[in-house]
Amino acid sequence: MTLETLQPEIEAGVPGCRLEIVPNPSPSAQHSLLIDAEHALPIAKFLRDAPHLRLDYLSNVTGIDWPAREVGEKVKVKKTVDGPDGKPVEQEVEEVQKTLIPGYLEAVYHLYSMELKHGPVILRMRTEDRDQGVHLPSLNSVWRSADFQEREIFDLFGIVFDGHPDLRRLLMWEGFEDYPMRRDYVEPDDYEYEPTAHDEVLRKTLQHHGETA
Amino acid sequence: MDEALKTELSRQGIVATTLQDLYNWGRRSSLWPLNFGLACCAIEMIATTMARYDMARFGAEVFRPSPRQADLMIVAGTITKKMAPQVVRLYNQMPEPKYVISMGACAISGGPFKQGYNVLKGIDRYIPVDIYIPGCPPRPEALIDGLMALQRKIDAQQLTGPTRPRHLNADEPSEFIVPSFGAHDLEPSQNPGVWQAPPLVNISPAAKG
Repeated sequence: MTLETLQPEIEAGVPGCRLEIVPNPSPSAQHSLLIDAEHALPIAKFLRDAPHLRLDYLSNVTGIDWPAREVGEKVKVKKTVDGPDGKPVEQEVEEVQKTLIPGYLEAVYHLYSMELKHGPVILRMRTEDRDQGVHLPSLNSVWRSADFQEREIFDLFGIVFDGHPDLRRLLMWEGFEDYPMRRDYVEPDDYEYEPTAHDEVLRKTLQHHGETA
Repeated sequence: MDEALKTELSRQGIVATTLQDLYNWGRRSSLWPLNFGLACCAIEMIATTMARYDMARFGAEVFRPSPRQADLMIVAGTITKKMAPQVVRLYNQMPEPKYVISMGACAISGGPFKQGYNVLKGIDRYIPVDIYIPGCPPRPEALIDGLMALQRKIDAQQLTGPTRPRHLNADEPSEFIVPSFGAHDLEPSQNPGVWQAPPLVNISPAAKG
């Protein structure tokens, strides 16, 4: 069972869904399937109930933070440049075109089938952005094991899972305002001197003690 | 009383003692720990109470499930910031005289999680600690050694004078600030009456570069 064969099956089973295979270039080659949030629940139900798939076991849910990033692409552009004799000459020049990819959060689901002993199938869902549009549908109604894991992602990444029966913070306390696993998280400054300071700790030491250090 | 006279009397079958010795002997021989553990160190603590290491030999086998009946708090394991207020509250609920053993790297300083955002960098930021036992986790022998060190410490206490223990000094506090959950961190992040940041030891210029 590969994602290439799975994709048309899902598209046939859940009309209107938008799927995209996200390749994994590492040696593990665990490619994943990006699904759209609107059809996430029917897709999940299909994967669980289709008799030849029976992905009945959700082993892991995790989150990923993708901050806004610039991607440079080399493009050949024709430009008018001054030639060696002073006359304008048209020339092909390589230019780096930068495009800004806005940030988003991602939830990753790892599915197995206990009954048919296959897997994993990896699903991804993306939020619209990292500020307001952080809503994703909860898959807790399909796989009960999503309960605590989605709460953990809500706690540490700040993805709001709509339809979750008990969406509270899991590891941090109520009233905690940050999302510690986001890449722009600033941890509290409860610095304490360490005699073996290096790297990040050394940076903090110098920041706290300045030149006296 | 003269030590030589005391020894001589005991040779004749006469026991002579002081109220201080009796009082200290009673305290150190019935240290009842509070029955709670926080992480893997608790497993070693449990092992220490079982038959092989047998903490009962030191009068410390009666783990009490209520802080009201406990004398000794063995902080055994990682204290997450979410757990820290409860630990301090339990300590406040213990009656005097009370002692604290900080068991393992995490309870001393945060241990391997020191640079994390969610782990307290040592319970001594909030409550006074009597004995520190390093290790990750410390072996049962180390815990027994720590307990015996605490017993020696109790034995050496003077009941009067400026060095008298805290529970005999009305000016010393018996309860300590319970930190509250803030928006980003515990508030306050340490109790300055109990803990001050360790002094800076020189960092070599090579390290700075």
